[in-house]
Amino acid sequence: MTVFLNIVVVLLIAISLWQLSKVLKIYKASKEDDFVANDDDNKTQGALMLAFVIFLFLFVFYGFYAWGDVLLGTPASEHGSTIDALMFTSWVIIFAVFFLTHTLLFYFAYKYQGKKGGKALYYSDNMKLEMIWTGVPVVVLTGLILFGLYAWNDITDYDFDDEDQPLVVELYAQQFNWTARYAGDDNTLGDANVRLIDMDNVNVLGLDTSDPNYKDDVITKELHLPVGRRVHFKIRSQDVLHSAYMPHFRAQMNCVPGMITEFSFIPTITTADMRNDEGIVAKVKHINELRAARKAAGDEENVDPYEFDYLLLCNKICGKSHYNMQMKIIVETPEEYAAWIKTQKQAKDVIKLASK
Amino acid sequence: MSDDHGHHKETFITKYIFSIDHKMISKQYLITGLIMGFIGIVMSMLFRLQLAWPEEPFKIMEILLGSKMAPGGVLDANAYLALVTIHGTIMVFFVLTAGLSGTFSNLLIPLQIGARDMASGFMNMISYWLFFLSSVIMVISLFVEAGPASAGWTIYPPLSALPQAMPGSGMGMTLWLVSMAIFIASSLLGSLNYIVTVINLRTKGMTMTRLPLTIWAFMVTAIIGVVSFPVLLSAALLLIMDRSFGTSFYLSDIFIGGEVLHYQGGSPVLFEHLFWFLGHPEVYIVLLPALGITSEIIATNSRKPIFGYRAMIASIIAIAFLSCIVWGHHMFVSGMNPFLGSVFTFTTLLIAIPSAVKAFNYITTLWKGNLQFNPAMLFSIGLVSTFVSGGLTGIILGDSALDINVHDTMFVVAHFHLVMGVTAVYGFLAGVYHWFPKMFGRMMNKKLGYLHFWITMVGAYGVFYPMHFTGLAGLPRRYYNNTAFPIFDDLADINVIITIFALIAGFGQIIFVYNFISSIFYGDKAPQNPWRSNTLEWTTPVEHIHGNWPGDIPEVHRWSYDYSKPGHDEDFVPQNVPMKEGEVELHH
Ligand code: HEM
Ligand SMILES: [Cu+2]
Ligand SMILES: [Cu+2]
Repeated sequence: MTVFLNIVVVLLIAISLWQLSKVLKIYKASKEDDFVANDDDNKTQGALMLAFVIFLFLFVFYGFYAWGDVLLGTPASEHGSTIDALMFTSWVIIFAVFFLTHTLLFYFAYKYQGKKGGKALYYSDNMKLEMIWTGVPVVVLTGLILFGLYAWNDITDYDFDDEDQPLVVELYAQQFNWTARYAGDDNTLGDANVRLIDMDNVNVLGLDTSDPNYKDDVITKELHLPVGRRVHFKIRSQDVLHSAYMPHFRAQMNCVPGMITEFSFIPTITTADMRNDEGIVAKVKHINELRAARKAAGDEENVDPYEFDYLLLCNKICGKSHYNMQMKIIVETPEEYAAWIKTQKQAKDVIKLASK
Repeated sequence: MSDDHGHHKETFITKYIFSIDHKMISKQYLITGLIMGFIGIVMSMLFRLQLAWPEEPFKIMEILLGSKMAPGGVLDANAYLALVTIHGTIMVFFVLTAGLSGTFSNLLIPLQIGARDMASGFMNMISYWLFFLSSVIMVISLFVEAGPASAGWTIYPPLSALPQAMPGSGMGMTLWLVSMAIFIASSLLGSLNYIVTVINLRTKGMTMTRLPLTIWAFMVTAIIGVVSFPVLLSAALLLIMDRSFGTSFYLSDIFIGGEVLHYQGGSPVLFEHLFWFLGHPEVYIVLLPALGITSEIIATNSRKPIFGYRAMIASIIAIAFLSCIVWGHHMFVSGMNPFLGSVFTFTTLLIAIPSAVKAFNYITTLWKGNLQFNPAMLFSIGLVSTFVSGGLTGIILGDSALDINVHDTMFVVAHFHLVMGVTAVYGFLAGVYHWFPKMFGRMMNKKLGYLHFWITMVGAYGVFYPMHFTGLAGLPRRYYNNTAFPIFDDLADINVIITIFALIAGFGQIIFVYNFISSIFYGDKAPQNPWRSNTLEWTTPVEHIHGNWPGDIPEVHRWSYDYSKPGHDEDFVPQNVPMKEGEVELHH
């Protein structure tokens, strides 16, 4: 059957090419010098230019109308609001320039479509105009650069003063999953190196048992964060590059073997509150409609009702299952967090000390 | 340089295969580039099928990829990464670096500056054959047992260094590296030749400020190639050392497959620096020739001088210089010192200034023109559009604070396809339509050219505009599917739309292939100067001869943009026409 279909497709293509070549022969016979644009062509193509820019603008608006709700929505971290404000500013500038340049480009194309015997204006330069389109970008970009650098320096400043003592958490990446390690009561992570990994003694992250700080560390497969408290991530990888991407928090940092990278933010919205966020409610509703429709159509996979959760994704190509390397993030009240962490085992109770 | 043009006997081999004539070499580059481009496009259509209809069986996958990469017609996850990797590599290096520069630098540099050939025809021939060899190796790598290189076109170690990490990092990666090393050698030979030719072999009267912008663009491109490609070569050599000889330039503290590897003290971040020291200039190695080509085509078809000739040259040089000091914008979240991030944000956003100048100068060139919508002109206008739309999102990605959340997402894929991929492809296609008569002595069919343009234009925006939304929704790139995350379920429609437009755009290229091939054999015979253009290549005879001009090389008396100059009857004045009594230069 499929062989037959393939043959039909090939035949159809062959026939249409053959027909096309006949049409072309007729075209060719009809006119001399037919390879250069003539007045008719200029007229049609000029009109198409205008039609295209209208199509393009409508398509741009349609995009926002149809897909506006797939975007990430409310930022769930303190610096996330700054980033979104900067993003918004950039978009305003982008759209202003986009609409301006495209209107001019395609309108000119339409307006000045060539005519036989038409005369173009010999106009080779104009210092004043060029100063304008050098100067205006300079000013606008200076503003953007300053805003951007202010935000960046703020986000990447990891010297915290004493009141702002962050919760220290290690994110540990490997093909193809994540592990979190909390620093425990002393809020200091014990030293670690993948060279010390010892599966037999359940030392999966390579903790250095000669450093007493390791004892109260807590190793988990879910990332719980207390709302309103700064988190300071120390990030490691065991094998290849990965990237710890937490889009709702506007946070990302690569995980580099042989190196500890860092990132820090303050989560501002608990998972429970985010589930009630207007944008998220709409998004989840849409997703569940799609899932229900698929279930009704007989699908079995990925059809269970979905509930929103924050996510940690891998965002640096890392091998076969790069597309499915995830960890759930739960932002909760400090009380809930304290209760949860108490139920977790400390490293000293998990790792067996190698017998000397 | 020989002056014995056109007189000696040639065999089939010296004429068509081991030719040292720049016009023939240019055609060889063009055909090889187009074939590679075809492979690259088919790959993108296949992995787009997977993204739109994940794990759906497609017979065509199994037919084209074999039952190992697509068992039962379902694309395998490793094969997905392999396709994406080879697609990117082929498109960036083989189509838009070698294919684009190789074709048009070779064709146009001697013809437009008034030279009989390249400075070294022999080196030029070697350059092509090295390119051919590297293309063959890259294609062969598709068929090795464990699959081709799959670590992304950026081949970051340790993923690319360790066969344990992914199957493509074995033999496939070795061939990738060998192919690229040969490619770089080819590119360096070509570039040196271009630079020397432009500097030394300009005909009498062809001062630097009378050069067409194509030549400026090709020369500056060659210079950044010579500066940056050797760094990629060193990066590749060190990676080869790490892979095969146990050194630790990029590797340290790795536990994989149940054991600790011996590597200690290296850093993948070093590789990233070296890679992007080429990688970013590479974007402009791809773009500048396309911009040069369209400057020429827009002026010719507007029947007007290019607006702001000197500003155009200045911005080409400024872009080239800045492009060499912005590589860190690919590494804002790589773990490098955040202060460096600030520096790279600053330099990156500066590039917007010369880019804006170029865009506005193109637009002003159209103003009050007498626009001739030949297919080349359509693609040039399309180029200005995608260059602007793609470039604008660069101010988001170049801003370190904003890049945090969009880095490595589909937003990046949308951005660079518009600004680099589509834009450079348009420059390439515009060049083919415009100089086809010069290359093959025949004309391409205009109507098919129009059809090709509009399908491509709608297709390109149809693919890459919606892709921005998937990226802003947080969808990472190089994901085999996005069904592992329910939160991306609502991207399913967008993914289908993108793929449908990709199929339309991809199949639309058949029109071009048909037009190209049939015109070579059956096209109308080309007149000497079909577009009524000013530049010197149109003063050569339609039939190719060795040495380009049968008699003396023409002398140049004016710049290349005297279109519609007051005081002349015709709306163009070729560069070899002497100034009339009392005629003055009207431009600055
Ligand atoms: C029909 C036209 C094309 C389509 C539909 C297409 C589509 C895509 C898509 C969807 C990806 C990302 C896949 C992923 O990250 O999972 C991709 C990657 C890429 N494409 Fe294209 N593309 C096209 C043409 C081009 C052209 C002309 C270029 C030339 C610059 C190009 C260069 C690249 C590069 C460099 C990558 C990145 C590869 C990597 O991630 O390692 N593509 N393409
Ligand atoms: Cu990963
Ligand atoms: Cu770059």
